[in-house]
Amino acid sequence: MNIDKDLVAAMATPLVLAILVEGENYGYAILKRVRELSGGELEWTDGMLYPLLHRLDRLGYVSTEWGASPEGRRRKYYEITETGRAQLAEQRRQWDTATRTLGGLWGLAAPAGA
Amino acid sequence: MNDAAMDAETENQIAGWRAAILRGRAVDAADAGELEGHLREQVADLETAGLSGDEAFLIAVKRLGEVDALTAEYAREHSDRLWKQLAISRTDDEPRQPLVVMLVFAALAAVLIQVGRLLADIPGTDGMWFVRDLGLFVLPVLAAYFAVLRRMPVATALALFAVVAALAAAVTLFPFEPDSATGILVAIHLPIVLWFVVGVAYVGGDLRSSTRRMDFIRFTGEWVIYYALIALGGAVLLGLTSLILAPIAPDAIDDVMSWVLPSGAAGAAIVAAWLVEAKKSVIENLAPVLTAIFTPLFAIMLLVAAVGYAAVGIGREFDRDLLVVFDVLLLVVLGLVVYGISARDSGRAIRTMDVLRLVAVVAAIVLDVLVLVSMLARVGEFGFTANRVAALGLNVLLLVNLAVTAYLIARVLQGRPAVHVERWQTGYLPVFAGWVLLMVVALPPVFAFA
Repeated sequence: MNIDKDLVAAMATPLVLAILVEGENYGYAILKRVRELSGGELEWTDGMLYPLLHRLDRLGYVSTEWGASPEGRRRKYYEITETGRAQLAEQRRQWDTATRTLGGLWGLAAPAGA
Repeated sequence: MNDAAMDAETENQIAGWRAAILRGRAVDAADAGELEGHLREQVADLETAGLSGDEAFLIAVKRLGEVDALTAEYAREHSDRLWKQLAISRTDDEPRQPLVVMLVFAALAAVLIQVGRLLADIPGTDGMWFVRDLGLFVLPVLAAYFAVLRRMPVATALALFAVVAALAAAVTLFPFEPDSATGILVAIHLPIVLWFVVGVAYVGGDLRSSTRRMDFIRFTGEWVIYYALIALGGAVLLGLTSLILAPIAPDAIDDVMSWVLPSGAAGAAIVAAWLVEAKKSVIENLAPVLTAIFTPLFAIMLLVAAVGYAAVGIGREFDRDLLVVFDVLLLVVLGLVVYGISARDSGRAIRTMDVLRLVAVVAAIVLDVLVLVSMLARVGEFGFTANRVAALGLNVLLLVNLAVTAYLIARVLQGRPAVHVERWQTGYLPVFAGWVLLMVVALPPVFAFA
């Protein structure tokens, strides 16, 4: 399935923030997690993740720290901040409304309690 | 699985790819390192899955995305880098601004200023209006230049034109008394109002975007630098011209001055704007460098001044000229801080600079409070005049801005993102704009044009 580009862009921020709620992580692993979660259906140009992460950093939603990979290569880790968690909660409210609205029209069960 | 396993061929390909993404300058070395790490892991994973080094590299690079698209995305996010080196992808989708358009507008400004000068020279008229309206002969042309450049919608452009026309009508029709204080205040504030009009045109009418407003603040700083450089060159040219003319045609010197100087100064306003936009030059990183040099120096100067004035007291000799000096000083400090903050690289923020900024701002607050106290005492003693209202208002506005800025810089030092400082400053622009507009259209009638 080919998901519309704008929709992918709109999902990107909450998706990345939600993955970071699971714990501090770095770019490649975040993308692997995206693939895993979407069963490979969400195709994403890998490189675009990084400008997005940098934007989240600038907005204060994540903090960064340089660490090292097992091979000793420098690796940048991203960790969600309190502001980021608040932002995620806000986005989640919006997505809930969006899916509930469409679900009502399409006769799908509204996501319970979400 | 590990780096050592990658063969020389793949290493070469990776090095070539890395050079390609660094070329546009939107991606810095640290970002390139991050992307390269990603690429290597992807290649390693694909090789584990059974692909050859060559195949793995091709697929990994394809997944990362086209180099052009990738660097363009970085440029969008790190527009400050783009600002510093306007090199990326412009050439493809946007043709370089035609030189001709700029020259036409520069010539227009140069002619208009001469028309104004000749009108003001007509015997029997009071030439003061020309000084008051000077900005009207140049800055609307600059605004029009940007309106054309940004392909502003006609409706917005007309609205902007109406605002300028209304301003022009107001300051022309106001019956100022000879040598009136309100007239001088209008002469000071009108160019600033018009500069905000230029700002509206500069952002192409996109007033709500904080990023665009920040671009305009950067533009203002760079425009001042370019204008100063052109003015220096012009001064040398005119100085040498008059020296050369002196032995053969001493009478011609005045003519040359009265024709070349105003036209040159007016045209240079457009040329400087074009230089900032087109980045023709070598001095692209000048503003951040100047900020870095002068922030510590101003911090020291302000600290000394604050301590000195606090110890001695501002005294009764505090007159209008000194007040103007103080206001300019406070504005310069604000400019340095905003510039410095916007140019700082979040990856390599220098803590010392933030501390210095905080010192400068706090010292500026102390000075501002001293000035305000002395002014309030005067108002209490002698009542309000147009000058005192203008000075008091500006200092209160600056005090509020500086106080919040100091708080936000302190938060930055605690690790909060610097974007809040930018947002605060860009959000404050309308307050300044509203205030200077009041000074031009409301203050003169209130004080009966005295």
